[in-house]
Amino acid sequence: MSALEPTGVAGFLAHYEGLRARLPGDPTARAAAAELFRTLGLPGRRDEAWKYTNLRPLAEAAFHEPLSPVADHQVAEGIPRLAGSRLLFIDGRYRPDLSAPPAFFTAFADRPLLADLSDRAEQRMIALNTMLAEDGAVLDIPAGHEAGAVQIATIAAAAPGRATGVHPRHVVRLGAGARLVLILSNAGEGTYLHNEVADIVLAEGAHLTLLRVQDESRAAFHIATGVADIAAGATLDSFVLTLGGRMVRTEIHACLAGARAEAHLSAAQLLSGVQHADATTVVRHNAPECASRQTVKHVLTGRSRGVFQGRIEVARGAQKTDGYQMSQALLLSPDAEIDTKPELEIFADDVKCSHGATVGELDAEQMFYLRSRGVPEADARAILIRAFLAEALDAVPHEPTRAAMEAMIDAWWRKEAA
Amino acid sequence: MSLVIDNLHAGINGVEILRGISIAVPSGEIHALMGPNGSGKSTLGYVLAGREDYEVTEGSVTFDGRDLLAMEPEARAAAGVFLAFQAPVELPGVGNANFLRTALNAIRRTRGEPELDAVQFLKMARAEAKRLHMPDDMLKRNVNVGFSGGEKKRNEVLQMALLRPRLAILDETDSGLDIDALKIVADGVNALRSPDFSALVITHHQRLLDHLVPHRVHVLAAGRIVRSGGPELARELEARGYAGLAAEAA
Repeated sequence: MSALEPTGVAGFLAHYEGLRARLPGDPTARAAAAELFRTLGLPGRRDEAWKYTNLRPLAEAAFHEPLSPVADHQVAEGIPRLAGSRLLFIDGRYRPDLSAPPAFFTAFADRPLLADLSDRAEQRMIALNTMLAEDGAVLDIPAGHEAGAVQIATIAAAAPGRATGVHPRHVVRLGAGARLVLILSNAGEGTYLHNEVADIVLAEGAHLTLLRVQDESRAAFHIATGVADIAAGATLDSFVLTLGGRMVRTEIHACLAGARAEAHLSAAQLLSGVQHADATTVVRHNAPECASRQTVKHVLTGRSRGVFQGRIEVARGAQKTDGYQMSQALLLSPDAEIDTKPELEIFADDVKCSHGATVGELDAEQMFYLRSRGVPEADARAILIRAFLAEALDAVPHEPTRAAMEAMIDAWWRKEAA
Repeated sequence: MSLVIDNLHAGINGVEILRGISIAVPSGEIHALMGPNGSGKSTLGYVLAGREDYEVTEGSVTFDGRDLLAMEPEARAAAGVFLAFQAPVELPGVGNANFLRTALNAIRRTRGEPELDAVQFLKMARAEAKRLHMPDDMLKRNVNVGFSGGEKKRNEVLQMALLRPRLAILDETDSGLDIDALKIVADGVNALRSPDFSALVITHHQRLLDHLVPHRVHVLAAGRIVRSGGPELARELEARGYAGLAAEAA
């Protein structure tokens, strides 16, 4: 990296200046996002919402335009196939030659729907994405359509010494009563920034299952911000498995806008070395009789750090709200750290909201019981780690994805134990 | 000669509980270990199975001539040692069938026997469960989670039946059981009886020993063996209590 190269905010703005003439979509939306980003900058430690996640390493790096990738087909072969419909993105670009798209898909580059999401709590990373987004998946599902399962697979391949940045923009629109299982799988090599925004709108009675298998490079920055508007009787059922990335923030804002809407925002984070992963959620109950459920599990080794921030906001009219939130951490090393920040902000008087957090090590009695039955120590640990994650994983409704997640968790532990 | 405990001293958190125990359990024999609460019976079971928080300060334990105390708990299990826990541990999120198969296959691997697949295993486990009058659904539930006291004890006996140990240590497996369940435990041990099998049965009650006639009875008090004798010693204890015996030993 050259000393003259602009980094952080200046670097992203310079990137925008060079790119703006060929960015798809409404240039005024881009310019407004650029102005907002110029004014607000990157989140810093003084921002309450970023208290536990310090983006300084990201601010100090310069991220370049990806070069054309090598060995596409080989890389593509390495990604598990989790659904018949598959959309492959290499270094942020949709690759029709390697994809099997469903009829309701359009590449964002061809249909750049840049909705204004600037009223959301997390404006800065969204502004950065709105300013620089070049491609992504637009999934527009008509009312009543049972759309099955679609996999969006992203792969990044940054060369040594040349960090790259991609800002995928996914737009998911489900008409009334439509259903979709959407699986996001993220992988890559080298140092890069994956700054994704998913703009999700679910009409009445729609049902979106949103699963992520995040296995980015251990040197990557992975920031994914999901913004979901959920109408009456609609459900967002989300589960994120975090394995990769050096610095990770998975942030979901779910707005339960109509009666009996539901959001399930669960996650499992398995971290080692110096990985840092932050699962942040904001659920806004704006209508009566809505339910939100969250179970977040962290398994931490080495000097890794896990963060869970969960905020539940209950508006004045949102009576009969049912909110539940649980964060559980298994610390397998004395140097691992977990920070948990639940926040409840309740303006209605007839609600049921609960939250809890636990932190612990593997249970010595359980370990001894397994070993006394002949199970070797490393296997006994693997069994107990899987058992710890089972409650969260069992809720993953898509069998092939759940099986892939279980296999990746086992492989993760075998590597850790070796 | 199978199990030889010689002058064993052991404790936990710096407190000595076993103060010089010597017992030999030859192959093919069943020995009973009796004694009042706090005398060190469960500690002996844990030390033999290799629980790490117990510290051995003196003495030795060999099993078929091998230094048992130098072995990891899983290696002891592979060598044929099995402890039926007084308070079986709950494993939420771990299915009982999966647990039993993992344990059995781990031991089969060390014996050089082929591993069993899920179908072969279930067939075997169902047959054993039926023999022990255990409902099938105990295999489907999580290990010991939501089991009654009696179900937990039967689950220990099921594990023993499947793992076919060469030395079984039963730590008050009979306590809290009704007479029918007691017979199931006794039958479980009796079914394993062979010239190559030995057992150390820790119990408070004569009752179990009616169904499981021991070759020898040892009485433990305050961390020492105060009496050893034939099966008649258990009846004597039932009649006179530990206090009378302790007075005599003193």
